[in-house]
Amino acid sequence: MQRLRLSYSKLGVARFASHRDFSRAFERALRRAGIPMAYSSGFSPHPRISYANSAPTSAASYAEYADIAVLEVLDPDQVRDDLNAALPTGFRVLRVVEGHRPALADVLQASDWVIDLGAVDRQDLESAIRALIAAESVEVSRATRKGERVFDARPAVRSAQVDEEGHVRVRVTHGTPLVRPDDVLAALRRLRPGLGGEHPGLFTRLRQGPLRSDGSIGDPLDVPDATADGGTRTTRAE
Amino acid sequence: MTEQLRPAPAGLLDELSPLLARVSTPVQYVGGEINAQTRAWEDAQVHWVLMYPDTYGVGQPNQGLAILYEVINELGWASAERSFSVWPDLEELMRAHGLPQFTLESHRPVRAYDVLGISLSTELGYTNLLNALDLAGIPIHSAERTMDDPIVLIGGHCAFNPEPIADFVDVVVLGDGEEAVIELSRIVREWRLAGCPGGRDQVLETLAATGMFYVPRFYAVEYGPDGAIARISPTRRGVPTTVGRWVLTDLDEWPYPKAPIVPLAETIHERYSAEIFRGCTRGCRFCQAGMITRPVRERSLATIGAMVDAGLRATGLEEVGLLSLSSADHTEINEITHQLADRYEGGNVSLSIPSTRVDAFNVDLARELSRGGRRSGLTIAPEAGSERMRAVINKNVSEDDLMSTVTAAFSQGWRSVKMYFMCGLPTETDEDMLAIARLAHRVVETGREITGRRDISCTISIGGFVPKAHTPFQWAEQADPELIDHRIGVLREAVRADKGFSRAITIRWSDGEPGQVEGLLARGDRRVGRVIEAVWLDGGRFDGWREHFDYQRWVDCAIIELEPLGVDMAWYTTRPRAEHEVLPWDHLDSGLDRTWLWQEYLAGCAAQQIADCRWDDCKDCGVCPRFGVDIEMGPSGTTLLPLAPLPPRRKKTGASAA
Repeated sequence: MQRLRLSYSKLGVARFASHRDFSRAFERALRRAGIPMAYSSGFSPHPRISYANSAPTSAASYAEYADIAVLEVLDPDQVRDDLNAALPTGFRVLRVVEGHRPALADVLQASDWVIDLGAVDRQDLESAIRALIAAESVEVSRATRKGERVFDARPAVRSAQVDEEGHVRVRVTHGTPLVRPDDVLAALRRLRPGLGGEHPGLFTRLRQGPLRSDGSIGDPLDVPDATADGGTRTTRAE
Repeated sequence: MTEQLRPAPAGLLDELSPLLARVSTPVQYVGGEINAQTRAWEDAQVHWVLMYPDTYGVGQPNQGLAILYEVINELGWASAERSFSVWPDLEELMRAHGLPQFTLESHRPVRAYDVLGISLSTELGYTNLLNALDLAGIPIHSAERTMDDPIVLIGGHCAFNPEPIADFVDVVVLGDGEEAVIELSRIVREWRLAGCPGGRDQVLETLAATGMFYVPRFYAVEYGPDGAIARISPTRRGVPTTVGRWVLTDLDEWPYPKAPIVPLAETIHERYSAEIFRGCTRGCRFCQAGMITRPVRERSLATIGAMVDAGLRATGLEEVGLLSLSSADHTEINEITHQLADRYEGGNVSLSIPSTRVDAFNVDLARELSRGGRRSGLTIAPEAGSERMRAVINKNVSEDDLMSTVTAAFSQGWRSVKMYFMCGLPTETDEDMLAIARLAHRVVETGREITGRRDISCTISIGGFVPKAHTPFQWAEQADPELIDHRIGVLREAVRADKGFSRAITIRWSDGEPGQVEGLLARGDRRVGRVIEAVWLDGGRFDGWREHFDYQRWVDCAIIELEPLGVDMAWYTTRPRAEHEVLPWDHLDSGLDRTWLWQEYLAGCAAQQIADCRWDDCKDCGVCPRFGVDIEMGPSGTTLLPLAPLPPRRKKTGASAA
């Protein structure tokens, strides 16, 4: 069995797909591409695919990650090309590499997001960002299946600024609870009520990966496998 | 200027995106699926929008739309995109932001297209039809439309009595759509290329003159003092008195859909469906589908095999549906299922057929359908519980047939059986409900005996009968909602009291009220259009959804709109019709002989059965001579499906993995 790790993007109309929609589309693309998937054992076998930290519905992304297991040894570039011929509009496999280590959950430590609020005055955005950076904590609430959940969105925000196009760019670290771009927007609106009117915010993930010592985000597919012999599971790579 | 092709309208995705980010399941509105066709506007001279007036989840799997989408797009000079009803959360935002109904492929406003073709398979979609037109900015009344509006066309089973929506549509197509959409596209193209001479009126007249496209506005309906229709007649020269039905012959020539769209959003079925034959001559007297699709036209084994192979490759789907009105009746059903099961052995592809007649199912079929991994549930449709009642509806199956079917299923490993029934049928009494309970009891008992297990279950699914146009029961009185609810109550009580069995038998039922509205719309005339419009204006939409359906609203609007005209809801539903009363659809020719239908009605009331003309003598229903067609069926003599090797696997070319 060969283990493959891949990165993919979700752009254009595909942003509106939920993670569940993507996973069904991805399974079909694997079939259409004739990729010999390994299946889980058990009463209802499923192809062996695992996802980590997928972008929410309506968010676009240049940086999504998944691991798959196949029954034969394949050329990763060929897998990428075959999948791209079989995926719906807007989804694109960017890179495929061999190996499942270190675990995705361990290397996906932070994300860069763009928040597009439509036509908003630049000064208003900048002032809201300054207030956010200055604040020690900003409590936001999010509706979950279990009801309203209140948490502090501030500690996850590493940096934030307004880019040339007048959109907010924010770097957030991944923790529990996971702070999403809509939480950052809620925090900005908490500090500057009415920011961007009723615009829901259109979010785009630019990258996610390991947080390097200089504060930048690395490529998760370039993190070396500390257990090169492919043996038993060890602690995560530095 | 000799050409009047419509200019390319701007796409709306940028304006829509912030709204989509605020609604539930936004992916259903944006297209981009595998096999969706995105064509440049300029590449086509006739632009269609195909619409199903319900959500994407309900409408996208519709087989008719999938077929026509490919037929139109394959023309090259015509294009087809899709649109579905938007859920109220998005509708509210679109209205607030002034954004119109749009297409999934290019997100352009529906109003800018040449033809809006709407598939109507349930009357409860009529308010959604009005809402979509209004949201598109198209006047809901045909008479108010201009050159800036598309031709609004409907097809599907509801087209066989389109009178309640006659004021809202421009053109109605009866029957098989494949050739009809090509012919209509051709007429519209010629008219546009000639510079649209005579405007909309002219192109509609050209269509009506063929006798194969019904243009309601060219027909006048007069009513008599008793409220019934006195006369239906064309209002202009050259428009024929009756309109014919499109009948496709040789289904092997039309192997669609070849590469259906694979939905990205979740839908009600996700399978590749191949229609193995069209039409049904079993002659069930309640069944509109079986009456209006005659005669039986089978697709050959070889074509079905090729369609399934290509369809699975083009979609990546894992389930194959062998579709028809009664799939087990195909002359080569055992060969089809056996050879498909062989071909996909071990490949995670499962086969299914829709609910099956109880007498056509057998052990072989049961075994083939359960190979290939997952076994879908067994659903059979006895429709009525007592032998007498099944004779009334001409179901032509005995209780012994039914028992041998479930015996076959249980012996092949099935543990649960679902059975469809109707209540409120002509001549029915409470005793017929008790017969359903007894039947379910016997099914469970048989299952327990054969399998030696206790975990046998039987689901009874029951709904009220709604008489439909072009059937022997088109003259019959519909049971009122109180009677339907009473009969279902009798059944539930009988099952509840059945010691040792009640827990093995589940009853699913639908209330009588939606059926009453369905009945009003199914046999209504043009006056009923006022009720639909009033209900829609009052906020009615998604009437097929329990959480949106509001019976009181329909009752109130019916009183306000119909009583001044001297009729009411009951007049349309629970009133038996006389033989010679002019029915609202009498000018629409399904090919069925009216006298034959009436004889069948009388035979039904007398519990007399007739045999299927496929295996017995012609019963003179009239369809074959009327349209110059004939039964097309096998066996085809083909014994092998074309072999379909899997695509070659791409092995890694370089060094092997560590």
